[in-house]
Amino acid sequence: MELVSLTLRRGHPGERPPGEPRSIGYLYLAPALIVFAGFVLVPLLHAAWLSLFEWDGLTPGTWVGLHNYGDVVSDPALRRAFGHALILIVFYALLPVAIGLVLAGLVARIHVPGLPVFRTILFLPQVVAMVVVAVMWRMIYDPDQGALNSILRSVGLGGLAKSWLGDFGWALPAVGLIGTWVWYGLAMVLLTAGAQKIPQSLFDAARVDGAGPVREFFAVTLPALRGEIAVALTLTTIAALRNFDLVYITTQGGPGDATSVPAFQVYDRAFKSGQVGSAAAIGVCLVAIIFALSLLINRTGEPRWAR
Amino acid sequence: MTSRRDQSLTLVILGVFSLVALLPIVGILVTAVQDPNGLRSFGSFDGIHLGNFGDAWTQGHFGSYLRSSTIVAVTVVVVSSVFSLLAGYAFGMMRFRGADVLFYVLLLGLMVPMEAVIVPLYYDLRDLKLTDTYWALILPQIGSSVAFGTFWMRAFFRTVPRSLVEAARIDGASTWFTLWRVLLPLARPAVLTMVVLLFMWTWNEFLLALVMVSDEGLRTAPLGLSFFQGRNTSNLTLLAAGAVIVATPVVVLYVFLQRHFIRGMLAGAVKG
Repeated sequence: MELVSLTLRRGHPGERPPGEPRSIGYLYLAPALIVFAGFVLVPLLHAAWLSLFEWDGLTPGTWVGLHNYGDVVSDPALRRAFGHALILIVFYALLPVAIGLVLAGLVARIHVPGLPVFRTILFLPQVVAMVVVAVMWRMIYDPDQGALNSILRSVGLGGLAKSWLGDFGWALPAVGLIGTWVWYGLAMVLLTAGAQKIPQSLFDAARVDGAGPVREFFAVTLPALRGEIAVALTLTTIAALRNFDLVYITTQGGPGDATSVPAFQVYDRAFKSGQVGSAAAIGVCLVAIIFALSLLINRTGEPRWAR
Repeated sequence: MTSRRDQSLTLVILGVFSLVALLPIVGILVTAVQDPNGLRSFGSFDGIHLGNFGDAWTQGHFGSYLRSSTIVAVTVVVVSSVFSLLAGYAFGMMRFRGADVLFYVLLLGLMVPMEAVIVPLYYDLRDLKLTDTYWALILPQIGSSVAFGTFWMRAFFRTVPRSLVEAARIDGASTWFTLWRVLLPLARPAVLTMVVLLFMWTWNEFLLALVMVSDEGLRTAPLGLSFFQGRNTSNLTLLAAGAVIVATPVVVLYVFLQRHFIRGMLAGAVKG
């Protein structure tokens, strides 16, 4: 017992108590690191290698250097796909976080009865498989049998009814709004939970200084929620950038390439049109963009999961 | 009173957004039980016809799809949970050279989406003659699951008081015994959260199955649903019934273990 209290008292990090295991740690790590290396790291490096070739998947490939990366910038089809991903970030990330912030500003100082029930419902869209979500929304957007057009017709706005997913102007926002539907619950719950943890004294101090509700939101609520905002933005931005299932099921990138996104181009080029090198390059760019945006977002507030 | 008005306003806003979240789901549930011959539109109502689930089950081969999904998801979740426990234990409770570097590599792996590695994965597994087997669905998902799992378990082990482990060691317990007998009982909530998240991600995975599997008997539930939609564009009710069948296992788990789902996702859980 004395020994235990002794170690406790000098329990600084870096100071190693006698008998603490050393290299056995590697043994515990080995299984996880081996599968991780084999099925994430090595494929990522292999993708980087493949991206330097022009290859159809069958015949020997041709070395093209960084040509495939040049295409990401110069090929109009790819530029559009990445542009669409940026637009989807607005729908997947910015819109849900904006909705969540408005609500967080409202509930920061109030006790809301029944919050757990709302939370359960708001989270539901996220546990439903994306494929099911896509099938569901295809039915809602369907031009003839869809719920959206039925509602529009029943309130006398039949003139607005259209083939939402088949319209060049509407298809991308229509897909984006599905993303908003999936993610706003997370943003709302995350940000309201954060807002309710802000100490009352901060609001009192702001009020003493003569702040109105709007000033109070920008001076107290918003800065206090930096960490939560960063988590919500990171999750939703990654979801927007890697989005594949939804586009594949709802529009196949169409009409034309109005809803084509990078992940869909990866699939299409690698497995449909025999441009494996180009598909690998798009994948590598996707990883680079996800890294860069995550770092950028988290510079303003360290996410909880990295602490 | 202002605060009372604020409270009602907040409740109205929460109510409206909850309704918007719920309506499409209720809509597909209702559509799934409509008369298959009488349906005109998504969301119309003409009584309850539960026979649609049976029809979708047999015509859409959903029995076989659910079996594949169960085999894949259970294997992935069990194996990655054990591996993650071991690795998280090492990262969280042991000090050894290179631990930080290895951990950061793993952390970066969290941000590598399946979409980015699917191309080399397909060609590598094809060379190993593993495409069109369950292995092609299981192995890559274990690889990406252990990144999250290790990260999650490390975070848990860091919260365990060191004195507990040191006391066990002084009593002569091996590291192995300490993990399974001393720490695992404490870790149960963290492990359960990890298990439900990994199960949800694995069950819902689509791209990997789409690329790796062409044999109908190996199709997972989401992949089967997408094929069922392709074959069956005219009959909304059966498609809705199929969609409900595919979503049900995770939704049921969510209803019972929602605290774990929400806790994990609020902590910012991502999986590549």
